[in-house]
Amino acid sequence: MADELVINLLIFILATFLGLELVRHVSRLLHTPLMALTNAISSISFVAALIVMVDPKNDLILILAAIAVALAATNFISGFLIVERIRRMFKRRGDKK
Amino acid sequence: MTPVVVELLYILAIALFALSLKWMSEVKTSRFANWAAMTGMAVAIAGTLIAYQIQRIDLLIAAVLVGILVGAPIGLKVSMTAVPQRTAISQACGSLAVALVGVAEYFNRVPDLDVFTMSVLGGEIILGFLTFTGSCIAFMKLQGLISGRPYVYKGRNVVTIAILGLAVAFTIYLVLNPSQQAVLPIMIFLALLVGFNLVMGIGGADMPTVIATLNSFAGLSAAALGFVLNNKILIVAGALDGSSGLILAIIMSQAMNRSFTNILFGSVGKTLKGGEAAQTGRTVQQYSAEDVAIVLEGAKSVIIAPGYGMGVAQAQFIVKELADTLQKIGVDVKFAIHPVAGRMPGHMNVLLAEANVSYDQLWEMEKINPLFPQADVAIVVGANDVTNPAARDKPDSPLYGMPILDVDKAKTIVFIKRGRGTGFSGVDNDLFYLQNTMMVFGDAKQVMTDLVTELKKRTG
Repeated sequence: MADELVINLLIFILATFLGLELVRHVSRLLHTPLMALTNAISSISFVAALIVMVDPKNDLILILAAIAVALAATNFISGFLIVERIRRMFKRRGDKK
Repeated sequence: MTPVVVELLYILAIALFALSLKWMSEVKTSRFANWAAMTGMAVAIAGTLIAYQIQRIDLLIAAVLVGILVGAPIGLKVSMTAVPQRTAISQACGSLAVALVGVAEYFNRVPDLDVFTMSVLGGEIILGFLTFTGSCIAFMKLQGLISGRPYVYKGRNVVTIAILGLAVAFTIYLVLNPSQQAVLPIMIFLALLVGFNLVMGIGGADMPTVIATLNSFAGLSAAALGFVLNNKILIVAGALDGSSGLILAIIMSQAMNRSFTNILFGSVGKTLKGGEAAQTGRTVQQYSAEDVAIVLEGAKSVIIAPGYGMGVAQAQFIVKELADTLQKIGVDVKFAIHPVAGRMPGHMNVLLAEANVSYDQLWEMEKINPLFPQADVAIVVGANDVTNPAARDKPDSPLYGMPILDVDKAKTIVFIKRGRGTGFSGVDNDLFYLQNTMMVFGDAKQVMTDLVTELKKRTG
């Protein structure tokens, strides 16, 4: 348990630094799609909802998890679609349509 | 069924998420960014489905179908001007999902919860629900369902912090007595109240920072859930989202020269003292679209400084047409983008890209500011506070210290303004009264249309 915690903390800290470093270099042009993208990635809670759905003690828990699945799916489906739409709008003179 | 396969899939998903953020740094590679993120999500879900046997597949499919039916139309139809509120409502969904999973996990494990797990779970539930109401209020403000003005009363911050403190106190009680299930609804209610109270007090112009901050919270709560479930993909994806939101929030507050806490707990737009004195005795020079067309015709270089008002008036398309018309007669046209122009980070770039403005014409503030003295004309459309010279010269102005676009240094300034009122901050703009400022009053779209018609008539 303690070992797991230490490893998880290590992963969390390294991932935070990685995120800070990666996002620092994102062009200001793309801050809006970046935010839509990271917002969609945060729907990884979908995975958490799935895990809770595996062995629920009662129906209330199952229903809460199913609602969470629907919400997380809404979030990443609309997120990925909008990132794609925004991304395609960025064109430079002379670029192919 | 082999756990090794699952571990490898999780690692692959993590790599894809990291690559996705890396590829988002440039327009050229951004096409891969979205695909990497989508694949990462799919791989993570596939890995989870392999690792765990879910009995109620029917319920799962139904829930995903709901997600598709609600999410797809939002993603496909929302206008570019409305992207900030889309992000806010999406964040509300995401954080509610995290919060509900937290609650479900609590009921699933109770009373078998150790101190560490219950603390993280409690914090995660508070953060999730607070982000949920915060995002809902941000959505309503951006959508115009409630006023964008900050709603403040005396002692608002004390109240917010007191409620948060109370919520934390109940959490500590729950950590010590995990089986006291009745405490949970109280905690949730208090957390909802904190989010409500916090964002109600923040003005519409500060929304870029608020949205970024809430984004960061949503990521952190997902990461916290990863600790509870001992799931590494949740920890990494949550941390990536959390840090990204944090960086954007810092960039946004720097662009307004305000500390992070000042945006959350102070509020601009209520104290209007700076503007009143300036109003007296000064007159503006009002011009027509025709006058402006004559000036533009003789210009060599023009810089356009757009603001959120342009998006509200849906004037970005006609602004692009003006730029094209000018370029046709040999005028150099650049766009000056202030970092907080719009209602979310980078919003102005998206609005102009939507109108097909080439992105090499979009200049960041630091790069365009040295070019204003050489510009013949600077056109301000739908922006106000971000061009106010008082931010540079008047230490008593509420805007003082905020980096601005130096439009006042151009030879002629054309300022298109809807009405005679002040900007969002409620501060009068010295730019209006300069000798070389041409004020044109009217709806941004209408004025621009007149300007293009006039210019085309003159240049054939």
